[in-house]
Amino acid sequence: MQGQNSRRFTLKALTAAVALSGLSAMPAFAADTIKVGILHSLSGTMAISETVLKDTVLMAIDEINAKGGLLGKKLEPVVVDPASNWPLFAEKTRQLLTQDKVDVIFGCWTSVSRKSALPVLEELNGLLFYPVQYEGEELSKNVFYTGAAPNQQAIPAVDYLMSKDGGAAKRWVLLGTDYVYPRTTNKILRAYLKSKGVKDTDIEEKYTPFGHSDYQTIVADIKKFSAGGKTAVVSTINGDSNVPFYKELGNAGLKAKDVPVVAFSVGEEELRGVDTKPLVGHLAAWNYFQSIKNPTNTEFIKKWSAYAKVKNIAGHKDKPLTNDPMEATYIGINMWKQAVEKAKSTDVDKVIAAMAGQTFKAPSGIVSKMDEKNHHLHKAVFIGEIKADGQFNVVWKTPGPVKAKPWSPFIEGNASKPDEPVKK
Amino acid sequence: MLSQWIRLTAFALCLVSGSVQALTTEDANAMAIGDTDARVEALVKAMATADDKTAVFLQALADDAVKLVGTRAFMVKGDKGVDPVSGLEFALPDEAEDIINNNRMRGELDSALAALKLFSKDAGIRLAATRQLQSDADESKLPLIEKALATEQDAQIKDLLAMVRASALLNSTDITQRLEATRLLATSTQASTKTALLARLDQETDPGVKLALQKALREVEAALAWGDRLGAMFSGISLGSILLLVALGLAITYGLMGVINMAHGELMMIGAYATYVVQGLFQQYLPSAFDWYLLAALPVAFMASALMGVVMERTVIRFLYGRPLETLLATWGISLMLMQGVRTLFGAQNVGVENPSWMSGGVQVLGNLSLPYNRLVIICFALAVLGAVAFLISKTRLGLFVRGVTQNRPIAACMGVNTARIDTYAFALGSGIAGLAGCALSQVGNVGPDLGQGYIVDSFMVVVLGGVGQLAGTVYAALGLGILNKFLEGWAGAVLAKIAVLVFIIIFIQKRPQGIFAMKGRSAEA
Repeated sequence: MQGQNSRRFTLKALTAAVALSGLSAMPAFAADTIKVGILHSLSGTMAISETVLKDTVLMAIDEINAKGGLLGKKLEPVVVDPASNWPLFAEKTRQLLTQDKVDVIFGCWTSVSRKSALPVLEELNGLLFYPVQYEGEELSKNVFYTGAAPNQQAIPAVDYLMSKDGGAAKRWVLLGTDYVYPRTTNKILRAYLKSKGVKDTDIEEKYTPFGHSDYQTIVADIKKFSAGGKTAVVSTINGDSNVPFYKELGNAGLKAKDVPVVAFSVGEEELRGVDTKPLVGHLAAWNYFQSIKNPTNTEFIKKWSAYAKVKNIAGHKDKPLTNDPMEATYIGINMWKQAVEKAKSTDVDKVIAAMAGQTFKAPSGIVSKMDEKNHHLHKAVFIGEIKADGQFNVVWKTPGPVKAKPWSPFIEGNASKPDEPVKK
Repeated sequence: MLSQWIRLTAFALCLVSGSVQALTTEDANAMAIGDTDARVEALVKAMATADDKTAVFLQALADDAVKLVGTRAFMVKGDKGVDPVSGLEFALPDEAEDIINNNRMRGELDSALAALKLFSKDAGIRLAATRQLQSDADESKLPLIEKALATEQDAQIKDLLAMVRASALLNSTDITQRLEATRLLATSTQASTKTALLARLDQETDPGVKLALQKALREVEAALAWGDRLGAMFSGISLGSILLLVALGLAITYGLMGVINMAHGELMMIGAYATYVVQGLFQQYLPSAFDWYLLAALPVAFMASALMGVVMERTVIRFLYGRPLETLLATWGISLMLMQGVRTLFGAQNVGVENPSWMSGGVQVLGNLSLPYNRLVIICFALAVLGAVAFLISKTRLGLFVRGVTQNRPIAACMGVNTARIDTYAFALGSGIAGLAGCALSQVGNVGPDLGQGYIVDSFMVVVLGGVGQLAGTVYAALGLGILNKFLEGWAGAVLAKIAVLVFIIIFIQKRPQGIFAMKGRSAEA
């Protein structure tokens, strides 16, 4: 009997909790604002990377509001926390679109979270700005991809490592977290390396679960593998696993000049908690680094530092850092603003049409352009080496912006796919 | 225009000094400016006539302490610029640019410096330099190596140098020299030797040398295999020691007291955050003693988690003794509250806990095996905690009471034992040990509100596998699982290893529900 009672109590408590959380999420219905949804994990394994993107959107919103808002209305942020829980991304997207009735969503980091939100976006005709480099193989009318496609990050990075300056690597360890982005990227890279004459025995793929924290075996294996010839490691490890990975790398004495590790998801922010002295020379490929010198970037960093101080953002108030996805987020929201102004409406279809060909002076030093057709940005590619202070030295860059190829030619059957969203 | 002027002055300087045996401004500039190919070429050229000034300049380049003013390279000392040739100091203008070295340049600089350091008066420096050259000697360094070999007195360095010379000679055009080098290299235990031998084998045309190379390769690989095996063993023990630490506290609260404590992970998290707070205090008030913050953090982490344990026990768990399912729900609720509490206090992001400098790096045991200090320290720490707990439970009055109460509560109470207080003490002890585990985990992993979640399943696995109520069982289970996990990981990858271990435990518990060690006698039925 008692057991049943307590069960009933639990049920009641649960219902109450659900009702409460529902209430708190109820929007204040103010008619004269434009609602902007922010869908970034503020807890869980991806919080290390995503929290700061939420703050970047908030900063840009403040900035736009301070200049008089958009179409005469103020922007109103609606922040939700999908907690690094992939199915929750779909639920929260639905909540943002149906309950909060936001006009646009900025969010997601991992591809699995984007894939989870995508069906909801397409069903309800929402609009998502996705700010992180990813594996391609996707082109939705409802998404604008402001991060890099594989040909804007992964392929140039591998090219650099094969060059004389990059160490002329002959053998490759492709190391990643076990989900769609690393698996697909590594599939593309394997095909690309093979096209360059690298044998299958000289490529090793390794995956770890999300949140993996014991990298002893992997680092030992890399050491062993590298004895067979000049080796480079391509890391697509995501989230806070990077901290134990780099700690282990440093402790095991694997130096960058012997076995360089190039990472696609590690930037200034992820290295915050790591002692970077043993990591000097390991690489990252991005489309922006904080250390890039130009007036636009100086202003961007200044803005962020001031904002972090005013808002008391943990970590950033003492040591403000900017990184590539922050830049991509900032470009995204500003381009969206320009598109809304051009369309004179926040209607999703009108904004999508107005987005084509938008340009914005990016902190990376180029004028970034949204492609007329394929929903991706034209971006310059930079390769940076980690410095002792956790910043990056740019050691290589493309001469100008590169057009994104979301359908990588190194995956079979992609040649026939059109370079624009297919109408359903 | 300016560069032309510099070139002229440099030329004039050469003429005036009448000697090419010194660093010239032109050399210095060539090594610092331009693309890597040109810089490496200049470096090789400068090495032929290297002097002290060259060494100083190279060191500055390697330390990123060279800046560009216009088209001239200057060393930076504090806020002053120093001319690499004349040694004159001057105020550094604001527009001085950094010089960027990429990996290749840094590698070349390091090995050039190592070659120069072969003539240091300090044997330690010479040894380090020789070790450095082992992995990247090439023919351009051969004259320096041979010169050093001729004057070297220390036997150990001399042997190593001979090895370095052999790897430099491996690509010689003379067949006998190649043969000799290959024979010498067969005794090496360095992974870099294998790389060099393999690379040579690819290009080798002479059948005799080819045979020798293959034989040498086999010997080196056999030596390396030992390092690999020991390395796998070590990482298994290391993982085992971590599992032991996280499970020991649970062995007391769950094993001895029967409380299914789902908040065990969060007690570890509190210990880790306590470490973080102590680190912050040291950074602020005692930066000079920062390296020792961890020692101060241990008692703080223990006390913080133990206090939390006391609060939990007094307010919730004492009403639920003997009702394991309800303790499970209650402690799970507490764990959610603790996580949210920490999130509110410290933020949802991970916080950075630094390794003290004496825990960074590792000790080189074999050519291809180095044991990281942080893992060694944690193994020792786990053993120490285990010893302390075993002593406490089996040899002290408190331990006697704890065992008495867990075996038969009414009789212990009849004997005059204050069972309620003993429960509190025991729970506090278990929680405190969780805090210590958290302190140790902060040195190898991430510290965030979810820290405990990643370990709660592992710790229950260890306790259940070892046999509930058994400390010895916990030890065997922790080490066994650690080593099993690492061997499977080496063989099947991290994802499959995790699955395989879970499957193994399910089967094991089905065949032997009481765990490795079963309790004997009457207490087993209690």
